[in-house]
Amino acid sequence: MTIRPIILGGLAAILFSSSALAARMDLTIGMVLEPPGLDPTAEAAAAVDEVVYANVFEGLTRIGPEGAVKPALAKNWTISDDGLTYTFELREGAKFHDGTSFDASDVVFSLDRARAEDSTNAQKALFSAIEKVEATGDTTVVVTLSEPSGAFLYNMGWGDAVIVAPESADTNKENPVGTGPFKLDNWQRGSAITLTRNADYWGDQAKLDTVTFRFIPDPAAATAALLAGDVQAFPNLPAPEAIAQFEADPRFTVVIGSTEGETILSTNNKKPPFDDVNVRRAMAHAIDRQAIIDGAMFGLGTPIGTHFAPHNPAYVELSETYEFNPEKAKALLAEAGFEGGIKATLKLPPPSYARRGGEIIASQLRDVGIDLEIIPLEWGQWLEQVFKGKDFDLTIVSHTEPNDIDIYARDDYYFQYENPDFKALIDKLNVTADEEERFALYRQAQQIITDDAVNVYLFQLAKNGVWDAKLNGLWENSPVQANDVTGVSWSE
Amino acid sequence: MSEHVNNTETEGWRTFRKNALRNRNFLIGICLTGFVLAIALISFIWTPFDTTKLVISDRLNAPDLTHLLGTDHFGRDILSMVMVGARNSIAVALLAVGIGIAIGVPLGCWGAAKRGFIDEILMRSSDIIFAFPALLSAVMITAIFGPSATNAIIAIGIFNIPVFARVARGAALTIWSREYILAARASGKGAVRITREHILPNITNILVVQGTIQFSLGILAEAGLSYVGLGTQPPDVSWGRMLNEAQTMMAIAPHMAIIPGIAIIVTVLGLNLLGDGLRDLLDPRLRRER
Amino acid sequence: MAYFIVRRMMIVLLTLWVASIIIFAMLQIIPGDPAQLMLGINATDDAVAALREQLGLNAPLFERYINWMSGMLIGDFGYSYTYGTAVGNLIAERITVSLPLALIALALSTLIAIPVGIFTASRRGTATDTSAMAITQIGIAIPNFWFAILLVYVFAITLRLVPAGGFPGWETGLWPALKSLLLPAIALALPQAAILSRVTRSALLETMAEDYIRTARAKGLPARRVLWHHALRNAFIPVLTILGLQFAFLLAGTIIIENVFYLPGLGRLIFQSIQRLDLMVVQSVVVLLVASVIFINFLVDLAYAWADPRLRRQG
Repeated sequence: MTIRPIILGGLAAILFSSSALAARMDLTIGMVLEPPGLDPTAEAAAAVDEVVYANVFEGLTRIGPEGAVKPALAKNWTISDDGLTYTFELREGAKFHDGTSFDASDVVFSLDRARAEDSTNAQKALFSAIEKVEATGDTTVVVTLSEPSGAFLYNMGWGDAVIVAPESADTNKENPVGTGPFKLDNWQRGSAITLTRNADYWGDQAKLDTVTFRFIPDPAAATAALLAGDVQAFPNLPAPEAIAQFEADPRFTVVIGSTEGETILSTNNKKPPFDDVNVRRAMAHAIDRQAIIDGAMFGLGTPIGTHFAPHNPAYVELSETYEFNPEKAKALLAEAGFEGGIKATLKLPPPSYARRGGEIIASQLRDVGIDLEIIPLEWGQWLEQVFKGKDFDLTIVSHTEPNDIDIYARDDYYFQYENPDFKALIDKLNVTADEEERFALYRQAQQIITDDAVNVYLFQLAKNGVWDAKLNGLWENSPVQANDVTGVSWSE
Repeated sequence: MSEHVNNTETEGWRTFRKNALRNRNFLIGICLTGFVLAIALISFIWTPFDTTKLVISDRLNAPDLTHLLGTDHFGRDILSMVMVGARNSIAVALLAVGIGIAIGVPLGCWGAAKRGFIDEILMRSSDIIFAFPALLSAVMITAIFGPSATNAIIAIGIFNIPVFARVARGAALTIWSREYILAARASGKGAVRITREHILPNITNILVVQGTIQFSLGILAEAGLSYVGLGTQPPDVSWGRMLNEAQTMMAIAPHMAIIPGIAIIVTVLGLNLLGDGLRDLLDPRLRRER
Repeated sequence: MAYFIVRRMMIVLLTLWVASIIIFAMLQIIPGDPAQLMLGINATDDAVAALREQLGLNAPLFERYINWMSGMLIGDFGYSYTYGTAVGNLIAERITVSLPLALIALALSTLIAIPVGIFTASRRGTATDTSAMAITQIGIAIPNFWFAILLVYVFAITLRLVPAGGFPGWETGLWPALKSLLLPAIALALPQAAILSRVTRSALLETMAEDYIRTARAKGLPARRVLWHHALRNAFIPVLTILGLQFAFLLAGTIIIENVFYLPGLGRLIFQSIQRLDLMVVQSVVVLLVASVIFINFLVDLAYAWADPRLRRQG
């Protein structure tokens, strides 16, 4: 009988010892998707950047929490009057995690590698304006552009443009070697990635010793993990249904920010009957955006009327262009010659905004005579059938790349919109450097695609950040896909 | 002759009924199964609310007098969904059992009749199918052909084939060794005719028992597949799907998860009890002793 | 016996080989391009083509099968497209979760079921027996994933006794790791325990009805003693068989449970790999699981043959 209390006491000691620490130096962040690899210059998956951006890898510039361009490995820069020559002054004393030093040759290597013919960089367009990259000293790099590019400094702040070392470039996928304040400690595949503080960092030391990214795709498991304290932060919780509960709980901070994700009912503009603008307008009138936001996203999300983020200064409020009006929708359909109704398919990728939103949209469109068959797809199948094969009528997807209205000018893009005027507009935009002019062009672009009702614009995806109330310094919005933990710390 | 047969049949039926009324498993099983079947049938003509109509403003209501079992996140009535879900779950499981019987029983009988090489091939093939954990293959099948109720039926059905093939073969083998079969063969009856006239009628009981068990496994399998999103797809309703949707809302609307779970348990329990009861009542071994 | 074993081994190898062809063939028709999936929707066609070449996706079908199989034979499971690491490493990493989970679940199920089986068998027909058997009937009918959801809700979210999911890794210590396997193991074990206790009970009752037991009873040995000393030993074969089958089931059947608790095990690896079209991983893990099922069945066969010499001749 005397043995039992001892065992119990021992168990209790093991149980509670970890929570008895005074100042926390560790953080576990929840993420939905696990990155396939950790090289942002070779992989497009947002999850890669969400682990390594700013934490492990740095570029010449970086994007701050508000979306502004800030210096990173480039201390400062000068731009020639014709806008073609950028001279970057580099940081001295920066080192890669493997101990090799960082200098101008690494920048030349990285940029040349990214824009090379055989490069597998997923965002080669970022580098398309570059004509040549030269090191004019150990800490000076001159980049010459073939034409002025208003977004060049911003582009250099993307995760795809980070600086890597020639020695480690090929193995970064598994063993990322960057210059950032954190380095890879351990990757438990399928579960978590742990970063530890890089004591040799050139700038301010990180305030945390270790940061673990834990991958929890399932909304229920994610909610449970936060509630149980297994993860202390979920920068974008995939369970909007749980937000109200966290808001009511004083242990948590809930920050509803905005993402760059325009969630749209993507429409195959070349496939009858959706090649008829009246049919597309009818759909826009038939859909009650607020019901979708309430029912699928539990009220989280901003209605949009065009392919542009509402927090962008150039945004035009067009969400009332096609007000919710089923009668008008029916009339438009009748006018287009579809009184008898339309049968079509709705292909849905896995995220809950698509699956839940799809059910509501199918129900709303059924009310005006458009009968949708729902076909759920895995991402692989979606890419193959919808994105590459263009074998679809309707789909729901969130376009999460920032400032991506130019996709409407792309030849052969999956929703197959073709409008020479719009293309001309984007061409003009690409060579315009003046901000005011650019904004004006952006506004025109938004108006055109809304008038053409290319897709049904549903809502801007919210960033449902939930974290421990004692955590400071996490980003509220996501101007780039990143979980920058360099400035994060625990209070007390 | 025919009168004589009729007499034994009625007598057999009478004994069956007498025993059945004393068999607790059978009674409880048939009541539960009958209840679920009745609900599924009623759902074809009437449900309290329309499950295809989403009323977002009524969402996540706890059970009350209007919605006896509450509403889900789209404002649909959960009682109505459980009723409609019953018929989907039953349809999937029943069709999967049908596939198993339609293909497995002839194969099993064939193997038992021919023995030798064909039998060996059939049994080895069923070994191979058995080596694939059922859920794993279902995941692969739905990954290839896309998730849908039809593919769930096929995936579950494929696993019923070797089950029925083996049961049919085993039972048929014991009958082939009986003397009256030898007599039938001696009188020039072919294998097909013997199987039809003598084997099949004698293995029906054991197939009914196995069918009940596979039916209940089918209900569980459908629920599992739909729960991971590979079975029934929206806007169709199934218990597994309801659980899938409910899981994230456990903290705000636990009724959404608890109710479909209970529906599954009641159905599976009913079928298992019915299967046990039928085995007691129909088991050929017991009958031989009598 | 030697002939029997050799013959069974040949069959095992043949089954494995056919299974490998089926798996390989099935995965070839999964729609989707892994290279496109890895690079995402804004990747250029050139980048996708370059990656396809790099991944060896352009080689002919037959060549890829031969490469895969010959690799497997020397323990090389190939290279994961998406994880950028050897599949063997991935499996080695994941099996440290799935195997202990299956073992704990099996142990739990045995620890619950055997005593329940013995207890109810020795009190056949009593109210305890009847109610225990009623409970096992309900246990069999409970879907384990539903039970898992309830467990998480009660023990992790409401009472906060154990983590709601995830796996901290064995390097964090035995207790934290075990703690996170506890709920999933219970969820897996309960329905299995219900089945196993029924099997134990009926196996015991069956042996109790055998002649030699009746003889022992007739000799005047007390019922309990006969149960413990004679019946139990002989009822063990069917129980072991079921245990063998359950282990195979548990190892593979963790797919759903691993997803509920987001455990980084083999089941979740398959799920993720199918979603990412990482065919090399799917192939290898499925073959591994199928092989382990075949192997366990083989062992069960051996146990049967050992117990019942008549079966050896039949093969």
